[in-house]
Amino acid sequence: MAIKTDAVGKSWPSTTYQVGREKIKEYATVLGIENPVHYDVGAAREAGFRDVVAPPMFAVVYSMHALAPAMFDPEVGMNFATMVHGGQTFEWDEPACSGDEITTTAKCISIEEKLGNGFYVFETTSVNGAGAEVVRGAWTNIVRGV
Amino acid sequence: MADFKAGDAVQELRVTPDRYLTNRYAGASGDFNPIHIDADFAKSVGLPSNILHGLYSMGLVAKAAAQGLGGGDPRSLKKLTVQFRGMGLPEQEIVVTGSVKEVEGDRVTVDLEAAQGDNRIIRNAQAELEL
Repeated sequence: MAIKTDAVGKSWPSTTYQVGREKIKEYATVLGIENPVHYDVGAAREAGFRDVVAPPMFAVVYSMHALAPAMFDPEVGMNFATMVHGGQTFEWDEPACSGDEITTTAKCISIEEKLGNGFYVFETTSVNGAGAEVVRGAWTNIVRGV
Repeated sequence: MADFKAGDAVQELRVTPDRYLTNRYAGASGDFNPIHIDADFAKSVGLPSNILHGLYSMGLVAKAAAQGLGGGDPRSLKKLTVQFRGMGLPEQEIVVTGSVKEVEGDRVTVDLEAAQGDNRIIRNAQAELEL
Protein backbone atom coordinates (compact mmCIF):
# COMPACT_ATOMS: atom_id res chain seq x y z
CA MET A 1 0.00 0.00 0.00
CA ALA A 2 1.39 3.39 -0.93
CA ILE A 3 2.03 5.73 1.94
CA LYS A 4 -0.40 8.64 2.37
CA THR A 5 1.35 11.94 1.72
CA ASP A 6 -1.61 14.37 1.66
CA ALA A 7 -0.38 16.17 4.80
CA VAL A 8 2.96 17.26 3.32
CA GLY A 9 3.09 21.05 3.49
CA LYS A 10 0.27 21.28 6.03
CA SER A 11 0.65 23.68 8.99
CA TRP A 12 -1.21 23.54 12.28
CA PRO A 13 -2.38 26.44 14.46
CA SER A 14 0.38 28.09 16.51
CA THR A 15 0.57 27.65 20.26
CA THR A 16 1.98 30.17 22.73
CA TYR A 17 3.87 29.11 25.85
CA GLN A 18 4.94 31.40 28.66
CA VAL A 19 8.36 30.45 29.99
CA GLY A 20 8.60 30.51 33.80
CA ARG A 21 11.42 30.34 36.33
CA GLU A 22 10.12 27.32 38.22
CA LYS A 23 9.65 25.27 35.05
CA ILE A 24 13.19 26.08 33.93
CA LYS A 25 14.49 25.08 37.37
CA GLU A 26 12.55 21.81 37.24
CA TYR A 27 13.92 20.96 33.78
CA ALA A 28 17.52 21.88 34.63
CA THR A 29 17.34 19.87 37.86
CA VAL A 30 16.19 16.69 36.10
CA LEU A 31 19.05 16.99 33.60
CA GLY A 32 21.53 17.77 36.39
CA ILE A 33 22.52 21.07 34.77
CA GLU A 34 24.02 23.13 37.57
CA ASN A 35 24.83 26.52 36.02
CA PRO A 36 23.20 29.16 38.32
CA VAL A 37 21.89 31.10 35.27
CA HIS A 38 19.11 28.47 35.17
CA TYR A 39 18.16 28.97 38.84
CA ASP A 40 18.99 32.45 40.02
CA VAL A 41 17.80 35.68 38.41
CA GLY A 42 20.79 37.63 39.76
CA ALA A 43 23.27 35.18 38.22
CA ALA A 44 21.31 35.21 34.96
CA ARG A 45 21.29 39.02 34.73
CA GLU A 46 24.98 39.18 35.57
CA ALA A 47 25.62 36.83 32.64
CA GLY A 48 23.67 39.16 30.33
CA PHE A 49 20.24 37.49 30.25
CA ARG A 50 16.90 39.29 30.75
CA ASP A 51 15.88 36.74 33.39
CA VAL A 52 16.54 33.11 34.32
CA VAL A 53 17.48 31.41 31.03
CA ALA A 54 16.34 27.99 29.84
CA PRO A 55 18.84 25.27 28.85
CA PRO A 56 18.76 24.85 25.04
CA MET A 57 16.92 21.52 25.15
CA PHE A 58 14.09 23.15 27.12
CA ALA A 59 12.91 23.74 23.53
CA VAL A 60 11.08 20.41 23.78
CA VAL A 61 8.87 21.79 26.56
CA TYR A 62 7.35 24.61 24.52
CA SER A 63 7.59 22.99 21.06
CA MET A 64 5.67 19.88 22.07
CA HIS A 65 2.39 21.78 22.47
CA ALA A 66 2.46 22.83 18.82
CA LEU A 67 3.70 19.46 17.57
CA ALA A 68 1.18 17.18 19.33
CA PRO A 69 -1.86 18.13 17.16
CA ALA A 70 0.26 17.54 14.04
CA MET A 71 1.35 14.09 15.18
CA PHE A 72 -2.20 13.04 16.08
CA ASP A 73 -3.83 14.46 12.93
CA PRO A 74 -5.71 11.66 11.08
CA GLU A 75 -4.70 13.30 7.81
CA VAL A 76 -1.07 12.48 8.72
CA GLY A 77 -2.23 9.04 9.79
CA MET A 78 0.81 7.77 11.69
CA ASN A 79 0.39 4.34 13.25
CA PHE A 80 1.46 4.96 16.85
CA ALA A 81 1.72 1.25 17.63
CA THR A 82 4.81 0.95 15.44
CA MET A 83 6.15 4.52 15.64
CA VAL A 84 9.54 5.49 17.06
CA HIS A 85 11.22 8.88 17.36
CA GLY A 86 14.04 8.34 14.89
CA GLY A 87 15.90 11.62 14.85
CA GLN A 88 15.87 15.18 16.05
CA THR A 89 17.54 18.44 15.15
CA PHE A 90 17.37 21.78 16.93
CA GLU A 91 18.92 25.04 15.72
CA TRP A 92 19.01 27.76 18.34
CA ASP A 93 19.07 31.51 17.97
CA GLU A 94 17.75 33.85 20.73
CA PRO A 95 17.89 32.29 24.21
CA ALA A 96 14.53 31.57 25.91
CA CYS A 97 14.21 33.39 29.24
CA SER A 98 11.60 33.41 31.97
CA GLY A 99 8.79 35.78 31.03
CA ASP A 100 9.15 35.14 27.30
CA GLU A 101 6.02 34.22 25.41
CA ILE A 102 7.13 31.79 22.75
CA THR A 103 4.89 31.03 19.80
CA THR A 104 5.52 27.79 17.94
CA THR A 105 4.16 26.65 14.60
CA ALA A 106 4.39 23.08 13.32
CA LYS A 107 4.50 22.05 9.68
CA CYS A 108 4.79 18.69 7.93
CA ILE A 109 7.92 18.80 5.78
CA SER A 110 7.97 15.36 4.23
CA ILE A 111 6.42 11.91 4.29
CA GLU A 112 8.41 9.22 2.54
CA GLU A 113 8.54 5.48 2.36
CA LYS A 114 11.99 3.90 2.56
CA LEU A 115 12.43 0.13 2.61
CA GLY A 116 8.87 -0.40 3.81
CA ASN A 117 9.09 2.12 6.67
CA GLY A 118 7.42 5.51 6.78
CA PHE A 119 9.54 8.60 7.55
CA TYR A 120 7.47 11.55 8.78
CA VAL A 121 9.34 14.82 9.23
CA PHE A 122 7.81 17.81 11.02
CA GLU A 123 9.33 21.23 11.49
CA THR A 124 8.61 23.51 14.43
CA THR A 125 9.51 27.18 14.38
CA SER A 126 9.47 29.12 17.65
CA VAL A 127 9.61 32.91 17.94
CA ASN A 128 9.57 35.12 21.04
CA GLY A 129 7.32 38.11 21.75
CA ALA A 130 9.76 40.44 19.99
CA GLY A 131 9.44 38.35 16.84
CA ALA A 132 12.97 36.93 17.07
CA GLU A 133 13.46 33.27 16.21
CA VAL A 134 14.31 31.20 19.28
CA VAL A 135 14.62 27.71 17.84
CA ARG A 136 13.80 25.63 14.80
CA GLY A 137 13.25 21.91 15.26
CA ALA A 138 13.10 19.00 12.80
CA TRP A 139 11.37 15.92 14.22
CA THR A 140 11.69 12.61 12.39
CA ASN A 141 9.25 9.86 13.30
CA ILE A 142 9.66 6.41 11.81
CA VAL A 143 6.67 4.11 11.42
CA ARG A 144 7.69 0.52 10.83
CA GLY A 145 5.91 -1.47 8.16
CA VAL A 146 3.72 1.05 6.35
CA MET B 1 38.37 32.08 21.39
CA ALA B 2 37.93 28.45 20.39
CA ASP B 3 40.71 26.73 22.25
CA PHE B 4 40.11 23.38 20.60
CA LYS B 5 41.38 21.50 17.59
CA ALA B 6 40.07 18.64 15.49
CA GLY B 7 40.45 15.32 17.29
CA ASP B 8 40.24 16.76 20.82
CA ALA B 9 38.06 14.66 23.11
CA VAL B 10 34.99 16.21 24.72
CA GLN B 11 34.98 15.69 28.46
CA GLU B 12 33.03 12.48 29.07
CA LEU B 13 29.66 12.73 30.87
CA ARG B 14 28.50 9.79 33.00
CA VAL B 15 24.99 9.71 34.46
CA THR B 16 23.00 6.84 35.95
CA PRO B 17 19.28 7.69 35.78
CA ASP B 18 17.58 6.28 38.88
CA ARG B 19 14.39 4.23 38.88
CA TYR B 20 12.14 7.31 39.05
CA LEU B 21 14.03 9.58 36.65
CA THR B 22 11.57 8.99 33.81
CA ASN B 23 8.72 10.17 36.08
CA ARG B 24 10.56 13.38 36.89
CA TYR B 25 11.49 13.92 33.23
CA ALA B 26 7.85 13.30 32.23
CA GLY B 27 6.79 16.04 34.65
CA ALA B 28 9.50 18.44 33.52
CA SER B 29 8.92 17.89 29.79
CA GLY B 30 5.19 17.15 29.66
CA ASP B 31 5.73 13.82 27.86
CA PHE B 32 3.73 11.26 29.86
CA ASN B 33 3.76 8.47 27.25
CA PRO B 34 3.27 5.35 29.41
CA ILE B 35 6.11 3.45 27.70
CA HIS B 36 8.42 5.73 29.73
CA ILE B 37 6.75 5.62 33.14
CA ASP B 38 4.83 2.35 33.40
CA ALA B 39 6.91 -0.85 33.24
CA ASP B 40 3.83 -3.11 32.99
CA PHE B 41 2.43 -1.12 30.08
CA ALA B 42 5.84 -1.05 28.37
CA LYS B 43 6.13 -4.85 28.65
CA SER B 44 2.59 -5.26 27.28
CA VAL B 45 3.71 -3.57 24.05
CA GLY B 46 6.84 -5.70 23.74
CA LEU B 47 9.46 -3.51 25.39
CA PRO B 48 11.92 -4.96 27.93
CA SER B 49 10.74 -2.44 30.54
CA ASN B 50 9.85 1.23 30.67
CA ILE B 51 12.41 3.09 28.57
CA LEU B 52 14.11 6.46 28.81
CA HIS B 53 12.73 9.40 26.83
CA GLY B 54 14.95 9.86 23.76
CA LEU B 55 14.81 13.61 24.30
CA TYR B 56 16.16 13.13 27.85
CA SER B 57 19.18 11.33 26.42
CA MET B 58 19.50 14.09 23.83
CA GLY B 59 19.38 16.56 26.73
CA LEU B 60 22.41 14.83 28.23
CA VAL B 61 24.24 15.04 24.89
CA ALA B 62 23.44 18.77 24.76
CA LYS B 63 24.70 19.15 28.32
CA ALA B 64 27.94 17.29 27.55
CA ALA B 65 28.57 19.51 24.51
CA ALA B 66 27.77 22.80 26.28
CA GLN B 67 29.70 21.90 29.45
CA GLY B 68 32.62 20.22 27.74
CA LEU B 69 33.31 23.03 25.28
CA GLY B 70 31.15 26.04 26.08
CA GLY B 71 31.79 26.23 29.84
CA GLY B 72 28.08 25.50 30.36
CA ASP B 73 26.98 28.73 28.65
CA PRO B 74 23.52 27.98 27.18
CA ARG B 75 24.26 30.43 24.34
CA SER B 76 27.19 28.32 23.12
CA LEU B 77 25.08 25.52 21.61
CA LYS B 78 23.80 26.57 18.18
CA LYS B 79 22.73 23.28 16.64
CA LEU B 80 22.35 19.67 17.69
CA THR B 81 21.24 16.80 15.52
CA VAL B 82 20.88 13.20 16.73
CA GLN B 83 19.63 9.79 15.71
CA PHE B 84 17.83 7.69 18.30
CA ARG B 85 18.67 4.01 18.00
CA GLY B 86 18.92 1.54 20.89
CA MET B 87 16.42 1.96 23.72
CA GLY B 88 17.74 3.57 26.89
CA LEU B 89 16.86 1.98 30.22
CA PRO B 90 16.67 3.41 33.74
CA GLU B 91 19.24 2.30 36.35
CA GLN B 92 22.00 1.80 33.78
CA GLU B 93 24.87 4.20 33.40
CA ILE B 94 24.80 6.46 30.33
CA VAL B 95 28.17 7.54 28.97
CA VAL B 96 28.28 10.48 26.57
CA THR B 97 31.50 10.74 24.58
CA GLY B 98 32.58 12.99 21.75
CA SER B 99 35.39 14.51 19.79
CA VAL B 100 35.96 17.75 17.95
CA LYS B 101 35.46 17.32 14.22
CA GLU B 102 36.22 20.78 12.91
CA VAL B 103 37.14 24.25 14.14
CA GLU B 104 36.40 27.29 12.01
CA GLY B 105 37.04 30.57 13.78
CA ASP B 106 34.81 30.55 16.85
CA ARG B 107 32.59 27.80 15.42
CA VAL B 108 33.31 24.24 16.63
CA THR B 109 31.65 21.10 15.24
CA VAL B 110 31.62 18.05 17.49
CA ASP B 111 30.66 14.40 16.95
CA LEU B 112 29.01 12.74 19.94
CA GLU B 113 27.24 9.59 21.03
CA ALA B 114 25.51 8.25 24.13
CA ALA B 115 25.73 4.59 25.17
CA GLN B 116 24.71 2.24 27.94
CA GLY B 117 27.39 -0.46 27.79
CA ASP B 118 27.40 -1.75 24.20
CA ASN B 119 23.97 -0.28 23.52
CA ARG B 120 24.52 2.98 21.64
CA ILE B 121 21.29 4.83 22.37
CA ILE B 122 22.22 8.02 20.48
CA ARG B 123 24.34 7.78 17.37
CA ASN B 124 25.69 10.17 14.80
CA ALA B 125 25.05 13.16 17.02
CA GLN B 126 26.58 16.35 15.79
CA ALA B 127 26.73 19.61 17.71
CA GLU B 128 27.74 23.05 16.51
CA LEU B 129 28.94 25.51 19.12
CA GLU B 130 29.94 29.13 19.01
CA LEU B 131 32.64 29.87 21.57
